[in-house]
Amino acid sequence: MPSFLVRAISLSKVVQSGDAPISILDDVSFDVAARESVAIVGASGSGKTTLLGLLAGLDDPTSGDVVLDGVGLASLDQDGRAAMRQRLVGFVFQSFQLLPALTALENVMLPLELAGAANAAQSARDWLARVGLARRTTHYPRQLSGGEQQRVAIARAFAGDPKILMADEPTGNLDAATGVEIAELMFRLNREHGTTLLLVTHDANLAARCERRLSLAAGRLVGDERRAAAHVVADVRHVAAK
Amino acid sequence: MNTLRLALRLLARDFRAGELRVLIAAIVLAVASVGTVAFFADRVKQGLVLQSNKLLGADLMVSADHPLPASYTDEAKRLGLATSHAIRFNSMVALAHATDANAVLTDVKAVAAGYPLRGTITFASGRQAKRTGGGIPGRGEAWVDTRLADRIGAKVGSSIEVGDATLAVTAIVAREPEVAGLTFAPGPKLLVNLADVPATNLLTPGNRATWRLLVAEREPGELQRFRTFVSSRIARGERVESVRDLRPEVRQTLERAERFLGLAALVAVLLAAAAVALAASRYLRRHVDTAAMLRCFGARGSHTLALFVTQFAVLGLIACAIGLVGALLAQQALAALMSGAFVATLPAPGIEPALVAIATGLLLLFGFALPPLAALAHVTPLRVLRRDLPMPRRSALFAYAAGVVTIGVLVAWQAREAQAALIMLGGVGGVVVASGLVAWLLLTALKRLPVRGLSWRYGLANLRRRPLASSLQIGALALGLTALLLLTVVRGDLLRNWRANLPPDAPNEFLVNVLPDQVDDARTWLHSTLSVDAEFKPMVRGRLVEVNGSALDTARYEDPRARRLAEREFNLSWASEVPPGNRVVKGRYWPLDARGADAGISLEEGIANTLHVKVGDRLTFDAGGLRVTAPVTSLRKVDWDSFRVNFFALFAPGALDRLPTTYVAAFRAPEGNTAWLSGLVKRYPNILAIDVAEILGEIESILDRVARAVQFVFLFTLAAGLVVLQAAIASTQDERRYDAAILRTLGASRRQLTAAQVAEFALLGAVAGLLGAAAATAIGYGLADRVFNVPFAGSPYVWLYGIVGGALAVLIAGTLGTRQTLREAPLRVLRQLA
Ligand SMILES: Nc1ncnc2c1ncn2[C@@H]1O[C@H](COP(=O)(O)OP(=O)(O)O)[C@@H](O)[C@H]1O
Ligand SMILES: [Mg+2]
Repeated sequence: MPSFLVRAISLSKVVQSGDAPISILDDVSFDVAARESVAIVGASGSGKTTLLGLLAGLDDPTSGDVVLDGVGLASLDQDGRAAMRQRLVGFVFQSFQLLPALTALENVMLPLELAGAANAAQSARDWLARVGLARRTTHYPRQLSGGEQQRVAIARAFAGDPKILMADEPTGNLDAATGVEIAELMFRLNREHGTTLLLVTHDANLAARCERRLSLAAGRLVGDERRAAAHVVADVRHVAAK
Repeated sequence: MNTLRLALRLLARDFRAGELRVLIAAIVLAVASVGTVAFFADRVKQGLVLQSNKLLGADLMVSADHPLPASYTDEAKRLGLATSHAIRFNSMVALAHATDANAVLTDVKAVAAGYPLRGTITFASGRQAKRTGGGIPGRGEAWVDTRLADRIGAKVGSSIEVGDATLAVTAIVAREPEVAGLTFAPGPKLLVNLADVPATNLLTPGNRATWRLLVAEREPGELQRFRTFVSSRIARGERVESVRDLRPEVRQTLERAERFLGLAALVAVLLAAAAVALAASRYLRRHVDTAAMLRCFGARGSHTLALFVTQFAVLGLIACAIGLVGALLAQQALAALMSGAFVATLPAPGIEPALVAIATGLLLLFGFALPPLAALAHVTPLRVLRRDLPMPRRSALFAYAAGVVTIGVLVAWQAREAQAALIMLGGVGGVVVASGLVAWLLLTALKRLPVRGLSWRYGLANLRRRPLASSLQIGALALGLTALLLLTVVRGDLLRNWRANLPPDAPNEFLVNVLPDQVDDARTWLHSTLSVDAEFKPMVRGRLVEVNGSALDTARYEDPRARRLAEREFNLSWASEVPPGNRVVKGRYWPLDARGADAGISLEEGIANTLHVKVGDRLTFDAGGLRVTAPVTSLRKVDWDSFRVNFFALFAPGALDRLPTTYVAAFRAPEGNTAWLSGLVKRYPNILAIDVAEILGEIESILDRVARAVQFVFLFTLAAGLVVLQAAIASTQDERRYDAAILRTLGASRRQLTAAQVAEFALLGAVAGLLGAAAATAIGYGLADRVFNVPFAGSPYVWLYGIVGGALAVLIAGTLGTRQTLREAPLRVLRQLA
């Protein structure tokens, strides 16, 4: 039996809307092995963000459980889950979600400082350099373009050296060209660090670059396809050639 | 009707969502603080009117510092008015036949048949115990009030000594018609028969006795004729008093107190205004979408506006009602704190102050909250589609203008004087702006510090992120803290410094009214009994009657204090040298061997200024009909704090020889030993002993009571500062929730989130406290330098209480306001706020 890094076990989410309960996620189960890259696709409103949020422990399922690195989130309180995220998960949002009061550098320092890292400033600086923002350390989010903000967000997500990177439509708020740049950056870092990737997207090109594709429709898991290894290798060569 | 129902429903929804709490709190506070002061002042004023009829003991009273001419009494009788005579003077009073009797300085009133013409006497015990009635003590009898009875241990049946007379106590008086009931700390009182006065031998020149003619009308209209008659003949030192012009000083004091308390309440109102404005802007931001949606569904702009106006009117009335209840409770507490300060019993609160308070609340709401909300009527329905459209700008100017006008109206209304209003606005505005500036500088400086640790950096960043709001919060809090620190720590420091600054050998006893032939013996007696060398100084009581040869017209003094001073008798004395503690600041003091009036007058500088008298002016004083005229040859500065005997006007020896003279002495008696006093009084019944410690005690108790009242009202100021803080926290609540959600996503624990907030709030409170302490110290320094004339060493506790107290207060208020941000699931928050 392979050891899975992420396990979704019969995840359901029901919300009360007015009088009628609506099921937005219905009995979703799957396992993700370490270093796997998984795209989660589906129409808008199909429950992708909800699923990703549950996997990261950002929200509570109505029933079912998420097991991250062998630990069930249901058994943990908010603090316990926060500690798990700190250890395991980096998160990239569609709308960047940087703290407006902090500079780019301080934003990247956050996860390091939360973890009590010794040389937070230096590693945050390194990370900003790796996403190409060495000269933007003292800028505030509102002084950065969308693409730059998302770079900061990616640096922030990787800074804590997570085993899992979760991204919710990371290119959704960017123009096409910038979106491609950001995607390249993310895949490159993912590869370099051997991170497990969970990527929510409705961009077919992006999804195609992942090893595996989970499809959601109306809150149900309707497809789980793996790409042939050859494609992946070709893809890697293609990227490496660039 | 439809609008009202919808408005109420929306209001209820907002209320449940906790959106209106700050708005309500701000208005409640403003109404409560203004209402408290208005209620209290109104009750005292009504109490004064009610009491004054009875207090005078007559419809009209002519009083003078000399026996009144018979013509007044004759005319009153001719007009058919009821009359009665009375004399008031001071005397030491002690139990007779006791070896170590306690002698107490007492206010003696000698009354004649018919007294009181109005009002009644209430007895505590004696012949008519627990009953009220008229009547006067018979010959040889004395009626003592409860306070005197307590002090000397007199009971019905005791004998007491008043001057040379021994009187039998036949009743203890609980209350009697007397204007002294209006003063802060009435002294012990004694009623005797007018016919017994000569036997006391107390009506000597140095005793400031007052002769009175009491008049009451039997038929309406007679009084006015008598008033006209007396007014046309009134001589210097005489005055006519009726309930109408009773005790102008009391009224003035009350008005000043009311104005001061009113201004203190106004500070709270101004802060509340800031809170209302903050709360309204948050409300606007939160309801723009509701308004856009309503318009989308076809509501006209005016209808949308009517909807919001209705909501706010209902909200305002509810808040005003709560504030009024608060004011009613608080004014009761204030009345208890100031008990007996102005009147013995207070009537029930009236309706007018309630209207004043409600008007303030509604003015605040409609002046500060409604104008920004007018923007809601202009919201474009397109906002429903495009969230990023800017807020309507058009009405922003209108809103600011309305706010400024509202502040102007509020201040002018409360302060009643343009100058006071401007000073007030300038002061409050200045403190807030200065605090804001300093706060901003401090925050900038702190940023440069190599800050380690997430929580501090994050807290600091949060404060810097909203520099204007942070500065406003800090300014508002600093103002509240300044007020409180000033009244607690700084006041204590000032009093202590002042007391410590009294020379250790400062006299604690004064003897006045010592007759010339008693001086040598009294000095010897004091030396042998207390082994003190008392210096006796001559004193002549004279009135200023002419300046440069023309009769002094006191009406030319606009300042009422100057007029009173000019009408009063001066203490004149003579000395060949400049007395210790005096310094000549203008002109020249006469040579040592100068004698007679030609050497001139050395006048105290302050009184010379008040009366507009210069060096070279010729002054004529009248003492008991004898006059002395001399030029002013020098002005002196006098150190009054030394408690030495000092005089406003000094002559060269010989100048006052013909005039009636008594002597005063000041010396330091051993603490706690009062046995010598009764010995002295037995030997010289006419001498009055004044205990400085007692006077200091009374001054302090007055200061204390006033300070407590002001402090009480300033509590509203601090509360208003905290409401501003709450408003600011509430208006940034969404940002905080968002930040917390992000930090949670990045793996922050509850402890880390709490630490970041604690850092922010503690920093905010500490900076406000630092500024408050600085302001309080500066004002304390100013007071010490200008008012108290003592060196001021600010206590380090001001800083400690300010910084720690401020940090704690804000920490508690802040964490209470934000604790819910720690509990929410991050994804839900991010979805809501995205
Ligand atoms: N807290 C909630 N209350 C009500 N409906 C919700 C809530 N969260 C999500 N939904 C609904 O659940 C559905 C799935 O949402 P989401 O996971 O954001 O979809 P996706 O990310 O795939 O677009 C949507 O119809 C959304 O409106
Ligand atoms: Mg989504």
